[in-house]
Amino acid sequence: MLRLPWFEHRAPRSVAEAAKILAGEGPRAMLIAGGTDLLPNMKRRHQAPQVLISVRKIENLKAVSNGTFGSAVTLNEVVQNPETPTALRQAAVQVATPHLRNMGTLGGNLCLDTRCNYYNQTYEWRKAIDFCLKKDGQICWVATASKRCVAVSSTDTAPALIALKAKIKLVSAKGEREIPVEALYQNDGIDYLSRAPDEILTEVSVPSDWKSTYWKLRRRGSFDFPILGVAAALRFNSANEIEEARIALGAVASRPFLVEKAGEFLKGKRLTDEVIAEAAVLVANRAKPMDNTDMDLYWRKEVADDFAGYALRELRGDDLRETRLKISRQVLAA
Amino acid sequence: MRHNIALRLTVNGEAAEASVAPYKTLLEVLREDLGLTGTKHGCELGECGACTVLVDGEPQLSCLVLALECEERSVQTIEGLARGPELHPLQAAFTDFGGSQCGYCTPGVIMTAKALLDRNPSPSAQEIKEATAGNLCRCTGYNQIVEAIEDAAAKLRAEAK
Amino acid sequence: MKKRLDVIGKSRRRVDGRAKVTGALRYADDLSMPRMLHAKLLRSPHPHAVIKEINTEKARKHPGVHLVLTGKDFPIPFGIMPVSVDEFPLAPERVRYVGDPLAAVIAKDEQTAVEALGLIEAQYEILKPIESPQQGLLNPEPRIHDYGEQGNIHRNQSYEFGDIEESLRNSDLVFEDLFFYEGNTHLPMEQQASLAFLDQDGKLQISSSTQNPHYLHRQLARVLQIPEARIRVVATPNGGAFGGKCDPGGHEFVVSKAALILGRPVKIGLTREEVFYVHRGRHPVLMKMKTGVTKDGKLTGMHLQTLLDGGGYGSHGPASTFYTGVLTPVTYHYPRFKFDACRVFTNKPACGPKRGHGTPQPRFGQEVQLDKIAEKLGIDPAELRLKNLVKENSLTASWLRVGSIGLEECIRKVTEMSGWKEKRGKLPRGRGVGLACSTYMCGAGVAIYWNKLPHSGVQILLDRSGTVIVYCGATEIGQGSDDVLAAIAAETLGVDTSVVRVVTGDTGITPVDLGSYSSRVTIMAGNAAVQAAERLRASVAGAVSETLGTLPDRVVFSQGKVYAAEDPARAMSFVEAVAIAEAALGTLSAVGSYSPPKAPGRYKGAGVGPSPAYSFSACIVETEVDERTGWIHVPKIWIAHDIGRALNPVLARGQVIGGVYMGLGEALMEEQSFRRLPEKLSGALVHRAPSMLDYKSLTSLDMPDVEVALIEDPDPNCPYGAKEVGQGPLLPVMPAVANAIYDAVGVRIDEIPITPDKVLKALEQKDKRVGPASFPSVPYPKPTFVLPPWEGGDGNEEKRDAKAAVV
Repeated sequence: MLRLPWFEHRAPRSVAEAAKILAGEGPRAMLIAGGTDLLPNMKRRHQAPQVLISVRKIENLKAVSNGTFGSAVTLNEVVQNPETPTALRQAAVQVATPHLRNMGTLGGNLCLDTRCNYYNQTYEWRKAIDFCLKKDGQICWVATASKRCVAVSSTDTAPALIALKAKIKLVSAKGEREIPVEALYQNDGIDYLSRAPDEILTEVSVPSDWKSTYWKLRRRGSFDFPILGVAAALRFNSANEIEEARIALGAVASRPFLVEKAGEFLKGKRLTDEVIAEAAVLVANRAKPMDNTDMDLYWRKEVADDFAGYALRELRGDDLRETRLKISRQVLAA
Repeated sequence: MRHNIALRLTVNGEAAEASVAPYKTLLEVLREDLGLTGTKHGCELGECGACTVLVDGEPQLSCLVLALECEERSVQTIEGLARGPELHPLQAAFTDFGGSQCGYCTPGVIMTAKALLDRNPSPSAQEIKEATAGNLCRCTGYNQIVEAIEDAAAKLRAEAK
Repeated sequence: MKKRLDVIGKSRRRVDGRAKVTGALRYADDLSMPRMLHAKLLRSPHPHAVIKEINTEKARKHPGVHLVLTGKDFPIPFGIMPVSVDEFPLAPERVRYVGDPLAAVIAKDEQTAVEALGLIEAQYEILKPIESPQQGLLNPEPRIHDYGEQGNIHRNQSYEFGDIEESLRNSDLVFEDLFFYEGNTHLPMEQQASLAFLDQDGKLQISSSTQNPHYLHRQLARVLQIPEARIRVVATPNGGAFGGKCDPGGHEFVVSKAALILGRPVKIGLTREEVFYVHRGRHPVLMKMKTGVTKDGKLTGMHLQTLLDGGGYGSHGPASTFYTGVLTPVTYHYPRFKFDACRVFTNKPACGPKRGHGTPQPRFGQEVQLDKIAEKLGIDPAELRLKNLVKENSLTASWLRVGSIGLEECIRKVTEMSGWKEKRGKLPRGRGVGLACSTYMCGAGVAIYWNKLPHSGVQILLDRSGTVIVYCGATEIGQGSDDVLAAIAAETLGVDTSVVRVVTGDTGITPVDLGSYSSRVTIMAGNAAVQAAERLRASVAGAVSETLGTLPDRVVFSQGKVYAAEDPARAMSFVEAVAIAEAALGTLSAVGSYSPPKAPGRYKGAGVGPSPAYSFSACIVETEVDERTGWIHVPKIWIAHDIGRALNPVLARGQVIGGVYMGLGEALMEEQSFRRLPEKLSGALVHRAPSMLDYKSLTSLDMPDVEVALIEDPDPNCPYGAKEVGQGPLLPVMPAVANAIYDAVGVRIDEIPITPDKVLKALEQKDKRVGPASFPSVPYPKPTFVLPPWEGGDGNEEKRDAKAAVV
C-alpha cells in the first residue's frame, strides 16, 4: 500500500492562527483542505512537507453568502448551492468523481498543482527517467529544449471563475489582498501561483450577472482531469447584442487564461453562426496543448474550436443538451 | 518527534479509539488498527473508489482522509450496514442481481449507493450511474450494479411506507 | 435418478455472495498474523542492464529491518511453462524491464521497508533496450535472453494446413489486410498480496491471490527446493484476476523464502504501479491477414501472420503465440489455413494471458476483414458469416474437433434483437451498427506441463447432518466457480445449495485442479463434480432402495427428498437417506476426476487449441460518431452467447456483460503502452501510465446498456451441458465497434484502441483508414505441413518437398 511520509499535523481554528503558523513554519509547512491533490502528491513524494496545517476546523472558510464562497467549501457544496453561476456549477460538477467532490474544496481546486505525464508518477517511476524539471531533475521531457516547466494547469473551476470575473482574497499574517482570479496564475509549471508562500486563499467572490457556460474535454465521464476547458460568460444588451464577453481556457497551458481577443471581437456583435465560427477560431488559436496529458496532442488542438463553438452556441440559446450529454456523460453537467 | 496520537471517533455507531501515526489515513486505521478489513483499497491515490466509506454520511475516499481529521466524526463502513443477521436491502440486492462478482469493489459501491438512497430514495438509472461514477468495477460492466441499486431503492421505499 | 432440474438454470444467490456484500470475505491483503513482518521489493529503474553490484549493508542495519534478500538467495529460476523457465524471483545478474525486482527488504512494517529500500545501493551496466518486436528483429544483440529461437526471437513457428498459395491463387478475390492490436492489462481491482508463514508443523504455507495454486505449488517446490508435500498453497478469493494472477510472481517466492528463514509470518501487498509491472497481459500483436473468397462469398483459405511483442520474459508466451491463430478456423470453415507466428522479447514487462488469451487480436482482424469482404461482395455481413459457419461435429483444417456450435442461432438472435436489418447502412450519417462473432475454448485440452494426470479432481463428503462438502482445487476469482461446484453437487444430489459447503483452492486440502484459466473450471471441475456426486448418489440410492421399495436406479433425489420414482409418497428426507447409507456403508465420500478427450490432431503443436467444447458469441454494437471531432458514443450493445446451458443465469449474464465491458474498454481506451525518452538524452523506457487514473478503464458513465441473450443448447461434453462464459463474450466486441464506426462514418480503424483522434485522422485520409502501414520481414520457419481432414490427411505432419518460408 502506498503510504504518506511522516509529518506533523496542526489544526488551527481561525485564519489568523493558520496564517501565523504558516508564517512561523515557513516552507516546511503546507496547507491542507480536502487533501485530494496534496495527499496523492505526498504519497508519490512530490511534496514532503514536515508540517501540515489543516483548514478544516476554520468555520468561516466553509461559509457561502451573497456570491462569496469560503475557500474550504467543498465542490459538491458549490454544485448544490442555488446561487452558484452556471459555468462554475458545470465546472465543479465535472471535477474528478462525486466522492472527490465531497472532499475537494473550491480553494483546493484553484490551487491544484500543475500536472504532467512525466511528473504525476511515483518516485520510483520518476527515478527511471532521471526525474524532470518540475521535481528533482534538470530536463523538461515534454520539451527538452525548454527552460521552463510546461506542466499543465488542470483546474476546472479556474477558467469558469475567470470568465465570470471572480475575485479571490489572499490573507497572510501581514495583511490581505483581493485579486482577480486570473491574477492568481503564472505561466510556469513550477511557479504556477502568484500566491506568496505565507498567504492563505480564503474566499472567492463570484458575480452572478453573467450568462455563462463551461465545456470540459476529457476521455471518460468521471475521474479524468480536463485536457481542454472552455468557459464563456456573456452579457447582452436589450438588443441582444453582446455587451461584454469573457472566454477563458483551461488545461492548454501552465495557467488558465482569458482570451482577450475573442472578448474584444465579440463585443457589440450578435451571435450569428459566422461570428461564433470566427470567435471559436480566435479562441482555438490560443490553445497550445503540449504532449503531456491524456489523448493525442494534435487532436486536442484540433477540437478546441469545436468546444468554443459549443460554448457560444449554447449561450446563444441553441439546444446543445444532446451534445453536452454525449461529451460529459453526466446529466448533472447540464 | 515520531510519536503516535490518540484518536477518538465513531465507527458504525460505536465509539472507537486508536493510537495512530499521524501519516495514517482513515483507510489504514480502519484496516490495520481497528481490524475492519471490509473496506478495500485498489490504488491509495483516489483513483478507483474501492476504499469508499461514509464520513458524516457522505461518501469519501478513506485513502485520502487523514485519520486525525476524523477526530469526533462519524464513519460508516460496510461492516456496519447489515441489520443484525439480516442483510441490508442493498447488500441483498447486490448479491442477488449480480452487482457483485469478485466482490472487491463491492463495499465501496454499496456505501456510495447507501448515501445516494439516503438523500434520493428514487434515483433514475442515470442518477445511479452518476453517483457511482467514482467507483471503478472491473467485473460487472456496471449494468447489474445499477439494477441492484434500483431494486434496493424499491425495497427501501416499500419499507418506508 | 433425477427428474427435472431444481437448482440449475434458476437465478440464485451465489454461495459466496453474502461474504462479499458484508465485507466478511478475506482477500489476501486482509489477512494478518501475530508477529507478522512486511516485505517490499526493490525494482529496476533501467529497462535493460547488468547488475554489477548490490550493496545492502545500510538497509540491513536500518532499525526495524529483519532481512534483505537479493538474487543470490534464489539460484533456481522459475517459469509457468516448462519451455520458458527464464525468470528469477529476484534478478541475479540481469534486469530486463523497468520494474524487474532485484532485492527485497523484510521489516517490521511497510513504512520501514520502504525506507530501507532507499538504502540499497545497486550499480548497473546499462545495455541497449529493445523497445519493439520490429527493433528486436533488427537487433539480435544485445540478447535479452540467451535462449530462444535466435537473437531476440523467443518463439517462431509456421503451420500450413493444405496448400494455401494454391487456394489463394484459385480464389475469385484475395483480401490482404494489416491490423495492429495494442497491449493492455487486466487491472484487477485487487492488487496482488501474499502472506507466508510456517504452520504448526513447520511446513510452509502461503495464502496468495493466485488463480493457479497448483502451478504455484510446483514452482515453489522447484525454486525453494523443498518437497511439494511440505508446502501448502491457499488461493485466497481473488479480487479479480482476468489472467493476471496466473503466473507465479517474484513476490510469492520472496515472502515464502523470508518466512522459511525468519520463522515469522511475512506479508507483501503490491502497489498499483507494481501490478502494472507484473502485467502478463495482452500482447501487442501486429497481424497480416490474407484471405481468399469466391464471388458468392465462400471462404477458400486464410494465411495469417502474427508478430507478438512478448516483453522481458517468457511467461505463457509459447501458448500465447499459438493462440494468436489456432482459434481462427473454429467459427468459419476455411478449407485451407496457414498460420505463422513469431514472439520477440522486448525490455518491457512480460506479456501473457489476459481474458481471451492471444485470440482477441486475430479475432479483431478476422472480423473486420470479413466486414470488408461483405461490403466488397455486396453481401450482408451477417449472411456472409452464416454462409461460412463451421458445421456441428466437424473438424477444422487444423484438426480441431468442433462439437456443438450455436453460432447460427447467436447471429439470428442478435440481429433480431438489435434490429440489424433495419439499421445497417440505413441509419443517418454519423450513426452505425457493426457485427462480429467469436469463439472460445471451454478449457485447454492439454495441461501447461506435460502429464497423463486428470485436469481436475473433486471430492465430496456427505454425513448424517445432511451437509454436502465439496473439495476442489479450483479457485474463486470472482467468476463464480464456487457457485458452479455447489450448484452441480446440489443438483445431482437433489438438495439446496444452502446445505453445500465448498472448499476450494487449497493444495493442502483439496484435490488438484489445474487452476482458473482457459475457461476450464465449469467444464472440467464441473464434470469431476458430476462424477463424484453421481457416485455418491448411487451409493445412497443403493442403501435406501429397499426401504423405499424400489430399485436403486428408480430412487429420485430432488429438493431435499429421496423417493421412489413410481410412488413419490414412498419418501424420506435427504438427511434420513444419508444416515441410512452411512449406517450401511460407513463414512460417505466419493471422488470424481476429469481429463479432456484426446484431440484428433497428431502433429507437433496440435496440443494448443483443442478443447472439449467451444462457446460462441455474436455481438452488435451501435455507435454515434461526430464527424467534426471524431468523438465516439456507444449507446447500446446486443450480444448472444452460446453457453450450452446457464447454470445460474444471473451470474452467466453478469459474465457476459462483464466481458462486453472489458472488450469495449479495450476497443476504446485501454492501453499498456510505453514511453521511450529521446535516445541521446536518456535510456529510459517506461510504462506510460501505471496508475488507475492514467490507464483508462470505463466508468459507469462510459458503459452502455447491454442486452444479453443466452443461447442454450446443452453440450454433451459439458456438465449439465454448460459451456464457458467467462472469456468468449469479450472477443467480438472490439471488431463490432470497428465495424459500427465504419457503418457510421465510413472509416476503417484497423487498430485497437479506436480513439477519436484516429477517427478524425481517418476521415481526413484519402483511403479513410488508420492502421499499420507495413509488416516487417519476419524469418518464419519452413511450415509444418498437415493435410486437412478433407484432403486425405491423418492429422500427422506430411513430409513433403522443402517449401520456402513465405515472408
